[in-house]
Amino acid sequence: MKLITAVIKPHRLEEVKEALQAFGVQGLTVTEASGYGRQRGHTEVYRGAEYTVDLVPKVRIEVLAEDEDAEQLIEVVVKASRTGKIGDGKVWSLPVDTAVRVRTGERGPDAL
Amino acid sequence: MNGADTAFVLISAALVMVMTPGLAFFYGGMVRVKSALNMLMMSFVSLGIVSVLWVLYGYSLAFGSDNGGVIGNFDHIGLKGIDVTTLTDGKEGIPVFAFVFFQLMFAVLTPALMSGALADRVKFSAWALFIALWVTFVYFPVAHWVWAEGGWLFELEVIDFAGGTAVHINAGIGALAAVLVIGKRIGFRKDAMRPHSLPLVMLGAALLWFGWFGFNAGSALAADGTAATMALNTQVATGAAMLGWLAYERVRHGAFTTLGAASGAVAGLVAITPSGAHVNAMGAILIGLAAGALCSWAVSLKFKLGYDDSLDVVGVHLVGGVVGTLLVGVLAIDGVGGASQLGKQAVGAFSVMAFSFVVSWLLARLVQATVGFRAAEDDEVAGLDQAFHAETAYDSSAAGGSAARGTAPVHGAAGSETGKQTRKVDA
Repeated sequence: MKLITAVIKPHRLEEVKEALQAFGVQGLTVTEASGYGRQRGHTEVYRGAEYTVDLVPKVRIEVLAEDEDAEQLIEVVVKASRTGKIGDGKVWSLPVDTAVRVRTGERGPDAL
Repeated sequence: MNGADTAFVLISAALVMVMTPGLAFFYGGMVRVKSALNMLMMSFVSLGIVSVLWVLYGYSLAFGSDNGGVIGNFDHIGLKGIDVTTLTDGKEGIPVFAFVFFQLMFAVLTPALMSGALADRVKFSAWALFIALWVTFVYFPVAHWVWAEGGWLFELEVIDFAGGTAVHINAGIGALAAVLVIGKRIGFRKDAMRPHSLPLVMLGAALLWFGWFGFNAGSALAADGTAATMALNTQVATGAAMLGWLAYERVRHGAFTTLGAASGAVAGLVAITPSGAHVNAMGAILIGLAAGALCSWAVSLKFKLGYDDSLDVVGVHLVGGVVGTLLVGVLAIDGVGGASQLGKQAVGAFSVMAFSFVVSWLLARLVQATVGFRAAEDDEVAGLDQAFHAETAYDSSAAGGSAARGTAPVHGAAGSETGKQTRKVDA
């Protein structure tokens, strides 16, 4: 199994959710996050005093997938979250040892 | 008694009252969350302290019979000698109580103006004491100089229609003196100290703008052409000052900021206060534009000179007050302008600055040396709301589900043996 994590612009969340549903993903976890990439943050000005705000708002999406679906799923997420502008985010995947459905105790792919 | 004038002055006084809570929101939105309530309270408490002192002896010291041009007397202590039939002299013919009430609101607002300079770092009790001392030894005398018959600036014919000198220059320079005694906030120039709520700042600025019509037009003490001129000029100058500040910001920093619009409006209100009765609407526009741009430039001085005037009381009220006080000597259209008037205006502005600076500095030192002015370092870092008011401005756990749960108060248990106990909320 793989854990696919995407950190994206908040306003692309709806598109990504719809694309994942269309792909057949059953569940996902969304967290509000903040951070920066190469573009850094932005500058705010209050009465002439400038403040550099490094961390910009992002959304973090986590999805568990079976190994054979992972590559395709990454493509789906990347396509749905892309605006072509700076700060679109990152998507990565990690191997997962095990997963358990809490209600039933099912393990592995059955738990997804 | 003139009923129309009396009604106008009473309504104006109520409008001026709104300026103090308006100021509290203007300042309150500009500080960080952890001390937002303290900022509101520093202004709001003035409504309590000064209202009482004004009746006890303030009115008498400010507007009682003159002593050597510098102070009134104690004849009207506790408003002795004034009753419902006592009218002001001359054309106004309004009850003296109406005048006392109107002027009370000015005395309340002026020390509250200074609170923004000391944001986030003074003990609340010490601030309350400072207000009481400051109105007694600074505001009441200066109000006498400027507005009372026999006051030396009044006799010199210095123009301060609604308080550019007595209120704004006085508070601005007093704030600077206090700041120099108190010192900088922990983290000044290192930590980001961004406003926590610009909508509150805008709301506060709007209330100030609204209340200022009473402040300025009401100072005519009559529902007449002067009041109408003043009301119109107040609106025009304030609009122009907002544009002046925004234009300066757009050129210097590349954005039209919300805080700039609110600040520019206040700068314009300050600047038109001393001068508005003596200029036409075009003059008011010039005064507004000048005040907007100059105050916008002046607020950056604290970073260059290294004093921590937290919310720019010096940059907005002192500089705005000086701009308006001097420009009336240049732009007056009713024959009072000219070089000699400009000289008088400068004497008025700078004598009040010198007096207020010295006495305010001494009073701040006195408070510092006796009860201690500065809050404890821990309290300053953790936020003054908890330290002095046992409250927080925003409870984000109130929606439920948070671990930050309090204990429930025991209702109706006063006097019972368990009255002092509190019990845990069931989870």
